[in-house]
Amino acid sequence: MSKILKKPLLLLAVFMLFTLAACGNNNSESSEEKTSDGGKIDAKIGVISILSGSGSAYGEAITNGFKLAQKEINEKGELNIELLVEDSAGEQEQALSAAQKIMSDDEVVAILGPTLSTEMNVVGPEADLNGIPIMGTSTTAKGIPQIGEYVFRNSLPEEIAIPAAIKKAVEKYDAKKVALIYGNDDVLTKSGFDTMEKTAKDMKLDIVTIETFQKGQSDYNAQLTKIKELKPDLILSSALYNEGAVIMDQARKMGITVPFVGGNGFNSPKVIEIAGDASEGLIVATPWFAEKEDPKVQEFVKNYEAEYGLAPDQFAAQAYDALYIMAEGLKNAGEADRDALRDAIAEIKDLEGILGKFSFDKDGDIVMEPSVVTIKDGKFQLFE
Amino acid sequence: MLLEQLINGITLGSIYAIIALGFTLVFGVLGILNMAHGEIFMFGAFVGVVVTSNGGSIWLAFLASIIVTSILGLLLEVFALRTLRGKQGVSHLAPLISTIGVSILLENVSHHLFGAGNHPFRVAFAEIKFEIGSVTVYLVQILIFVISVVLMVVLSLWLSKTKAGRALRATAENLETASILGVNTKKIILLTVVMASALGGVAGILVGMSFNSVNPQMGLSMGLKGLAIIILGGMGNVKGAMAGGLILGLAETLVVVYGDSGYRDAIAFIIIIIILLLRPQGLFGQKTSEGR
Repeated sequence: MSKILKKPLLLLAVFMLFTLAACGNNNSESSEEKTSDGGKIDAKIGVISILSGSGSAYGEAITNGFKLAQKEINEKGELNIELLVEDSAGEQEQALSAAQKIMSDDEVVAILGPTLSTEMNVVGPEADLNGIPIMGTSTTAKGIPQIGEYVFRNSLPEEIAIPAAIKKAVEKYDAKKVALIYGNDDVLTKSGFDTMEKTAKDMKLDIVTIETFQKGQSDYNAQLTKIKELKPDLILSSALYNEGAVIMDQARKMGITVPFVGGNGFNSPKVIEIAGDASEGLIVATPWFAEKEDPKVQEFVKNYEAEYGLAPDQFAAQAYDALYIMAEGLKNAGEADRDALRDAIAEIKDLEGILGKFSFDKDGDIVMEPSVVTIKDGKFQLFE
Repeated sequence: MLLEQLINGITLGSIYAIIALGFTLVFGVLGILNMAHGEIFMFGAFVGVVVTSNGGSIWLAFLASIIVTSILGLLLEVFALRTLRGKQGVSHLAPLISTIGVSILLENVSHHLFGAGNHPFRVAFAEIKFEIGSVTVYLVQILIFVISVVLMVVLSLWLSKTKAGRALRATAENLETASILGVNTKKIILLTVVMASALGGVAGILVGMSFNSVNPQMGLSMGLKGLAIIILGGMGNVKGAMAGGLILGLAETLVVVYGDSGYRDAIAFIIIIIILLLRPQGLFGQKTSEGR
C-alpha cells in the first residue's frame, strides 16, 4: 500500500512546489499590472462545475448564475473578472484534476465550486494546501468549511435548514409518526438524512421506517408501498430534486397524501415542472425564495429569465451571490492576491445578497436565517 | 399490501423482460452483447416524451418510438456492426466495444437534445386505475404485463414457425452454412437488430408511462439489468428472458418488503449468482459445448 502511495505523493509534492513557486512570482506581476490600469482590478477566478453526466442540471444552473453575476460586475467597471470554467462531471477524480489545472494557472486568485460535497472533500484540502481561497456554492454537507482556513461556503448547511423545516411542519400538522427515505449513494443526501434522523429523534418523533434508493433509479413503488402501509404523518425525504420529484409523483399516484419535508437538494422549481400537481405539499427550508418582495431578488429573477429563458433555482442564486462575495472581497483586498482575498472574504459582514445578509463564522461557514416554504397551487409559497 | 407489492414486482419484471428480449435476440443471432441497447431504449422513451408533451396520443407515441428506435437499430447495424463483421484481424470483442461507443454517443446526444434531469411523461392513459379494496391497480401495469407476455409468445412462434424465423435460427446456428443454403444473412441480421431495437422502443414508452420519469442515464442501469437477465435466463433464449425478468423484478421488490431497501440490488444479484452456480447454463439454456 505504502509503495503504491509513495509515487503519486512525491509527484504531488513536486507539483505543489512548482505551483507555490510560480505563485510567488505572479503576485508581484499582477499587482504591477493592476496599478498601471488605474485602480481597476483584473482577476481570474476558476470555476469547477458539473457540465456533463447525471448532475449537470445543477452545474448548468450554477454556471448560469456565475455568468450573470460576472456580466453585471464587469459592466460596473471596478473589476474585470474572468471565469475559467472546468467540468468535474460529478466525479471526485475529475474535480481534483480540474482543480489542479486551475491552480496551476498563477493568475487565478480563487476557485468557485465544485458542485458536490463529495467533490469538495477532495478538492478542498488541495486548495487549502496551495493557499487559494475556495468557495462552495452548493456544498451543504457537514464539515466542509472545517477542511481548512481557505475553504468557505455560501450555501446554507442542512444542519440549519432541515431542522427548521421539520420543526415547522411537525407543529403545523401535529405529526407524531414519520417515515424516512433517502439516497444512500450521495454525501449530500446521506448527510441530509443524518440530520433528519437526529432531528426526528431529538423531537421524540416515532420513525416508522427508513427506506433508501440510489441515484438515477426510476421505480420507487416498492419502498413507497411499504411506507403507505405504515401510515406516517410526514415523510422526511433527503433526495435531490430529480429523484425527489419522481418519488412524490409515484407516492401521490399510490394515494399517499401526507406532506413531504425535503433538504436543500429537493428545493427547485423543477420539482413542480417534473411532478406537477403531485408536488403539492413539499416543505423545504431555504435561503432562496424567488417570490421574496425584495427589488434585488426580483431584478435577478427578471434578468436570469431574460438571459436563460427559465426561472432561477437555489443553485443559480447561490452561485450568483458567491461571485458577488468574491467581488466584494477583491475590492476590499484592493489587489488580485490569493492571501489578501482570503482575509478579505473572512472579514465580510452583512453583505446584502439576493439570498440575504452574508457573514462568515470563524470556520468560513455562512451565517444566515432560512425561510420555510411549501409548494401550494403550483408554486413555492411561504409556509405558515 | 403484499398483493400490491407483487403487482409492483411483476410490472418491474415485465419491463426488464422486454428489455432482455432485445438483448437476447441480438445475442442469439450475432453472438455479441449489444451494449447500446439500453440507450436505444432510453431514446425510445424520450421520443414518447416528445410526442405526448406535444399533444400526441399514446398510440402515436408507440408508433413514433418504434420508428425512431428501428432507424437507430438500422444505423447501429450498418455503421457499427457490419463494418466489423468477417474482417480479418478484427477481434471478437471489437463489436462489443463498438456498441459501447454507440451507447456513449447516444447518451450524450440525448443529453444535448433533451437536457439533463427527469422528464415527466404526461398521458391521460397512465392515470386510469382500478381500486380493489385497498389495492390500486393501474391499467398501465396490466398493459405492461400483457405486452411482455404477448411479445414473448409472438416472438417464440415467429422464431419456430415462420420462414423468416427459421432463417434467423439458421443464421444463428452457423452464419456461413446458412449463407450457402440460400439464406440472405445480411438481411436477417439487419432484421434482427432492427427488431431488437424496436422492442427497446416499446419498453421505453412503457417505462415512461409507469414510472413517469425519463432521463438520459436510465439506459445504463436498465441495460445492465437486461444483461444480467439474459445470463440468468440462458443466453439467446426467449422464454428465459421472460422468466429471468420476472425473477429479478420480484426479487428486488420483495427485498424491499421484507428486508432493507439499501440491499435491493445486492440481494437481487446474489440470487442471480446462486441460480447460476446451480445452473451455469442459465434457467432455460441448453448444455452445449460447441464454441461459436
